[in-house]
Amino acid sequence: MKLTLKIWRQDGPNAKGDFVTYQVDDILPDMSFLEMLDVLNERLIAEGTEPIAFDSDCREGICGMCGLMISGYAHGPKQTTTCQLHMRSFSDGETITIEPWRADPFPVIRDLVVDRSAFDRIIASGGFISVNTGSAPEAHAAPVPKENADRAFVAAECIGCGACVAACPNASAMLFTAAKVTHLGELPQGQPERYSRVVSMLNQHDAEGFGGCTNIGECSAACPKGIPQDVISTLNADLRHALRTGR
Amino acid sequence: MATTTAPAKRRTRARDTTVFLKFLMATTGIVFIGYVLLHMYGNLKVFAGQEAFDSYAHHLRTFGEPILPYGGMLWIIRIVLVASILGHLYAAFTLWSRANGARSQRYAVKKAAKATLGSRTMRWGGVAILVFVVWHLIHFTIVKPAINADVSASAIAESPFTMMVASFQLWWMVAIYLLAMIALGLHLSHGTFSAQQTLGWTQTARGYQRARTIGYVVAAVVVVGFALPPLAILFGIVG
Repeated sequence: MKLTLKIWRQDGPNAKGDFVTYQVDDILPDMSFLEMLDVLNERLIAEGTEPIAFDSDCREGICGMCGLMISGYAHGPKQTTTCQLHMRSFSDGETITIEPWRADPFPVIRDLVVDRSAFDRIIASGGFISVNTGSAPEAHAAPVPKENADRAFVAAECIGCGACVAACPNASAMLFTAAKVTHLGELPQGQPERYSRVVSMLNQHDAEGFGGCTNIGECSAACPKGIPQDVISTLNADLRHALRTGR
Repeated sequence: MATTTAPAKRRTRARDTTVFLKFLMATTGIVFIGYVLLHMYGNLKVFAGQEAFDSYAHHLRTFGEPILPYGGMLWIIRIVLVASILGHLYAAFTLWSRANGARSQRYAVKKAAKATLGSRTMRWGGVAILVFVVWHLIHFTIVKPAINADVSASAIAESPFTMMVASFQLWWMVAIYLLAMIALGLHLSHGTFSAQQTLGWTQTARGYQRARTIGYVVAAVVVVGFALPPLAILFGIVG
């Protein structure tokens, strides 16, 4: 495959970035998107120029490290992670624009790498449960109804990749925050802190500078784990309960 | 291992969040949905003839008498609507400017995967509806100008039915109102769903789909219900 790549290059957090166009012509349809970038980087290194910086880790679609805006879609045209996107999803001769996630709470570190520490701070503000450490408790001590367990699992699939923020017209991290709130809120272990959790996590979300949610649904459409919009409804309901009980 | 004591956190409150602003947006929006449906019902009285329409308009002012003074109910409704529009605008513009600030560097290429025409036009569409409402109040409530040369200002002042018929005998006036109704329909198609989602009523996949459907039904009912009287007048079926 021959491709024209328009890639965002930026030397550092405060440097002014711009698009640089590259031609690649030895791309196989079975390569992953990241492998395609590896091929280009090998060439750039051989030519003695700086390779393109991008994030990746497991390359199995489970770690949430990779994430690129590919021709206007977060993680590209397929609903998957960038590492699980294959070049057969593109056509020969296509021009692909590659950008980093764009959101002020996700500052660009270099080229296509952004700093997603804002997510960690949202988690630190409330994405936990308080239990005594020690030996694992008896599994049947806290029964969980099947529906709640299923929904907790759906929400817990979130890998924190940031595609929801990248795709959102408001750069809101509501799907991420709501996934965590729903994941813990559906389980008995999450109940004691359920309503203080939603208040602190949302306050942190807003303090990081993410936008508000307008229920458009771009986040769920971009989410590689397909986390549904209804988790945001649960977050909203939990916040209403927090308001009524004076939190 | 030594653990560090976490510093005392600034007190966080539920009402300081963007989601609280959305609650404000949703509840005031539901007030408007209710009002618009009642208003539409009143407009459809035009099909019952001049007498029924005019007595309906008069009855709006005597509603609740003698506990309320003449026009009392109307003023209560007006105060609720003004309070709602202030809340709706405050929440909208605060969230709008927040969203702009959250992505100061825009994408060179950005495509929508799920957004509808309704959800994409919420903000500017809302501004368009606001402009229309100002015109609409000047037109039918505050100034009541005699735009149709065939009908005098005194005849308009006398009968709301005459006022409505005189206006919608003009094709361009019908066009303005139909355009506004399209804007309102788009706003409601997303807004009605969005309000339900914001209030936490859509926590299951079925509930979510139901809220979407209610949004489209409300929008369709409002557009058709409001479009019928002007079209009927324009084509001479009424008046």
